[in-house]
Formats: sequence, C-alpha cells, structure tokens
Amino acid sequence: MAKEPINRRRFLIQMAKTVCGVSLAGLLMGLHARKSAALPDKSLRPPGALSEDRFLTACTRCGMCVQDCPYDILKLATLGEATATGTPYFEARTGPCAMCEDVPCVKACPTGALDPALTDINKAHMGLAVVIDQENCIAFQGLRCEVCFNICPLRGKAITLEYRPNKRTGMHAIFPPVVHSDHCTGCGLCERACILEEAAVKVLPLKLAKGELGHHYRLGWDQKGEQGKRFPTADPMHQYNLPQGERYDYAGRGLMEETSKTESGKTPFGSNALHHLNQGFAGGLKGGGK
Amino acid sequence: MTVTPLSQTGRASIAARGWGAAHKWLLIRRTCQLSILTLFLLGPLIGIWLIKGNLASSLVLDTVPLLEPLVFLQMLAGGITNHWAGLGATALIGVLLVSGFYVLIGGRVFCSFVCPMNMVTDTARWLRCKLALRGGIKLRRKTRLFVLAGLLVVSAFTGMQAYELINPVSILYRGLIFGMGLGWLFVLAVFAFDLLYAGDGWCGHICPMGALYSLIGSKSLLRVRATRRDKCDGCMECFTVCPENHVIPPALKALEGTSPVITSGDCTNCGRCIDICHEHVFQFGPRQ
Repeated sequence: MAKEPINRRRFLIQMAKTVCGVSLAGLLMGLHARKSAALPDKSLRPPGALSEDRFLTACTRCGMCVQDCPYDILKLATLGEATATGTPYFEARTGPCAMCEDVPCVKACPTGALDPALTDINKAHMGLAVVIDQENCIAFQGLRCEVCFNICPLRGKAITLEYRPNKRTGMHAIFPPVVHSDHCTGCGLCERACILEEAAVKVLPLKLAKGELGHHYRLGWDQKGEQGKRFPTADPMHQYNLPQGERYDYAGRGLMEETSKTESGKTPFGSNALHHLNQGFAGGLKGGGK
Repeated sequence: MTVTPLSQTGRASIAARGWGAAHKWLLIRRTCQLSILTLFLLGPLIGIWLIKGNLASSLVLDTVPLLEPLVFLQMLAGGITNHWAGLGATALIGVLLVSGFYVLIGGRVFCSFVCPMNMVTDTARWLRCKLALRGGIKLRRKTRLFVLAGLLVVSAFTGMQAYELINPVSILYRGLIFGMGLGWLFVLAVFAFDLLYAGDGWCGHICPMGALYSLIGSKSLLRVRATRRDKCDGCMECFTVCPENHVIPPALKALEGTSPVITSGDCTNCGRCIDICHEHVFQFGPRQ
C-alpha cells in the first residue's frame, strides 16, 4: 500500500470532504424527515398512538401491532407512501378498526408508541368522525339513512340523530347525524359504511378535526357546574363613578340613594348626594366618591 | 509463491480442501442469514410465530424482546426534542440483550451473519470482480462514523427516528416480511452503488449500522486469529476477499511477538479469510 504520508493539509482536506458530504446528506435526510412528519389525512394511527411527533420518536417500525391485529387492518407504510416509512396505519374507508376489547395492537407495542395506558378501547381517540359533506349526506336531504348512526360501536353516544323539521316538504322530519367527540373513537366504521360514492362522514386526524378554545376562556355554565356558583362571580356592587351612597337600579328607578342604615351610618357624608358632588368646590377634595 | 491474480483467487484453496470446505463459512453465513429470515417469515406465511416483528424490534417465543441498538439511539436522540422518555422495560431489556450478544461475539457478526443487505452487497462484490470493474468513488472507512453521528444529530433536531425513513437495511428486511412497495429501488440503489461506483461502498464505508456494530464489538471475545501466520506465503488472497482488509496486516504481517489476533472492531468475523487461505493460516478463537 503506497500511501501519501498524512500531513495536516491532507488530513484537513479529507475531513472537510467527509464532513461536507455527510452534512449535505444529513440536511436532505432532515428535510425528508420534516416532510414525513405530516401524517396524510386518510392515514389513521392504531389506538393509543402518542401524538404524531412523539409517535415518530417512539415507533420502531417493527410491525408487531400489524401482526397482532386479528382483522389485518393495520399496514406498515412502504417507501414511497405519504405516511412515514415503515410506520403502522389504517384507512377508515377501506379497513376500519374493529375495536377489539383486549386491544392486542397496544399490547404488542414494545416501546409505548401505542400507549399501554389505553386498556379500554372505547376510550381510544384514533381520529374523529366528521359529517363533512352535509350537502350530499342524504340524511340532510330528508331521506332516511342513519347507517352511520346504526353501525357505530358506541351507538347513541358517539353519533346521535338530531330532529329537525323538513322545510322543503313542510310536513316531514330530517334526522341529521351528529358526532360527539368525547365518545367517538375514530374507528372509522361509519366512514366505511357510508352509502355514498365518496363518504359524507370521514374520520379525520384529531388535530385536523378539532378546534381549540382560547385558554383564557371560562364558560360560565361549566364553572357553575363545577363550583356551584358563577365564575367570575357577579359584580356585587357596581363600580361606577357614582357618589358614595348612590347606586343605579336597572329595574327602572335609575339613580337612587342607598337606603341601608349600616352603609349610610359609616359614610362621612350626608344623605344628600348634591352635598357630596359639590364638595370639591366648597372645601377641597376629601375622599371623593368612587 | 507470488501474489495470486484476481481471476485465480480461491482456486488454491478449493484445490487444497475441496469446494465445500473452501466455502464453509460462506455456506454457514448464508444458512444463518436465510434461517433468521425464515424464522421471521414463518409467522406471516404459515402462522408459526417463533419470532414476531423484524430486525428493528422483535419478540422471540412471545417472551424475549429484542431491540436494534441504532433504533434505540435514534429514539433517545429524538426524545431530547420531544421530551419523550417513555422507554419501558421491554425496550431496555431488548437493547441490552442485542448489544450484550454482539459485545461478546463481535458486533459486525450482525453484518456478515444476519443483515439481509449482506447478500445484496456480496452479489455486487462478486459481480464487480467478475466484470473486472475498478475504480470509482474513494471513500474513507471512517465515513460511516460521521454518518452515524450525523443521523443522530438529525434525529435529535427533527425529534424522530430520521434514519429509519431511508435505512435500506430495515427497508429491505421489513419489506421482505411486510411488503416492499418502492423499497426495491433503495436496495437496487445500494447494489448499483457497490457494483458501479464504489467497491464495498455501502457496507464497508457508509452504513451507520455497521459503524455502530463495529463500536459495540470492538472489544469482543470471538475473533479471527492468524494462528499459523508463519505459513503465510504472501499470495494476498485473504487481502483480496476481505471486505475490511485494513484489519488483516496488523495481525498477519506484524513482527514476531505481537498478537496474531485481528483486533479491529471493523472485522465482520465473516470467515472469508479462513475459507480462502490454502495454508490454513486463519481460524476463529478467543481474544487474548
């Protein structure tokens, strides 16, 4: 082996070549990884899957969930598919989750990418069914269908039927299906069962299907349910710039004098509001009404 | 004896001990590779579940978990970004079993006795020799270490097992068990790269799995020894067939008094040198 002697120049050039090459490859890989992190809308993860970013950290692509699925609905994404290479998924329209009571796919997962905390399949949230095309759903046209309602494994909970008058005929009823996200597991049976050419009810990834209320919002009726009183509690005393001892009555009497003996007893001012209002002109500002 | 020309490589060994004995370790390696693949395929094909999963992670006889070390490292790296540290006992036991096994018998035994890509790149190597293809891209052996470091950095930044999206080894193995899709293209790409652009390019220079296994097995007990190195006649056939031939000279051509053991973690313990040597210079043995 006739090798040039290693000198600093040669070493640095070699290092630069390797580092640049690997960095370039790493950049491409990183960009590809970023793209792969977006789960296609039609791909649903098995029950108990962590949030997508963590799922992609944890899933080893071993396929044991696929092998333990008794209904063979799970698949591993192959190279070239939009779903991240090697990760398990199913599609509601062609193969919905059968919601096995013992959740074998979750039990098979060696790393917790499918969260072992999920033991009750009815608590799964693989996605959320959305009645996405109300123009074509025949229930909205006043026809009786209710297939999605009847096929739902949580019938009457995850999908209920509303009742509306049919304004077109003036004499019939419309029974549109309504999905409730707290019960819907996203199994996809409704989407597969939908009788339309292209399903009007579709299971979407939760991230896509759900909105999110601003975190500062407090719904008064929820608070009341939790605490037994309204929150924030109603303003006990209107804090307008009314003279002390006066209050405003919404029932129609308008500005009125405080009648409570204890209140008026404490105030340093007389019972006549005009005295107080004119106080500034008479003898400087003393306290003043709030 | 002088250096054997490329076209004559192997003939002396076959003449000395017959074709079978001159390909002993090759046959054992192929049997091992195909047996492991068959074990994985028994389940999906005929419902005998001795092993579930694939090389990345598996479950033997429904009890023993196994987890590929490179997958494990990518999980750790990705978990940094995602604040995910949900690794359970199953995963930890799995990675310890696999790493422990290869620490003992030589990390790159994986490369030569288990990895499915070995058959692809060996074919490319054989064809490259037959077609007398020379030259191509010159890569440094250490490139794979940079690739290994690079993919862990990318995994850490993206928070996912970034390399598993494109790892030809896992794509091939998973494909054989679960369906290949366009994965064949990657396998073909590796084959073409090794055949046309760089001899031993993939396994010998780029594959980060091999890099990690060479680190894991760098102190392994099972080694190839040039026990009868005094008999070496300098035909250079071992040097020709060895996919990591920089590991041979220190053991074979070193001065008297030095160890005849091939100590480099890069050695894949494939036994090619044992098979090819008509003087029976090499044999497996413990590190000493």
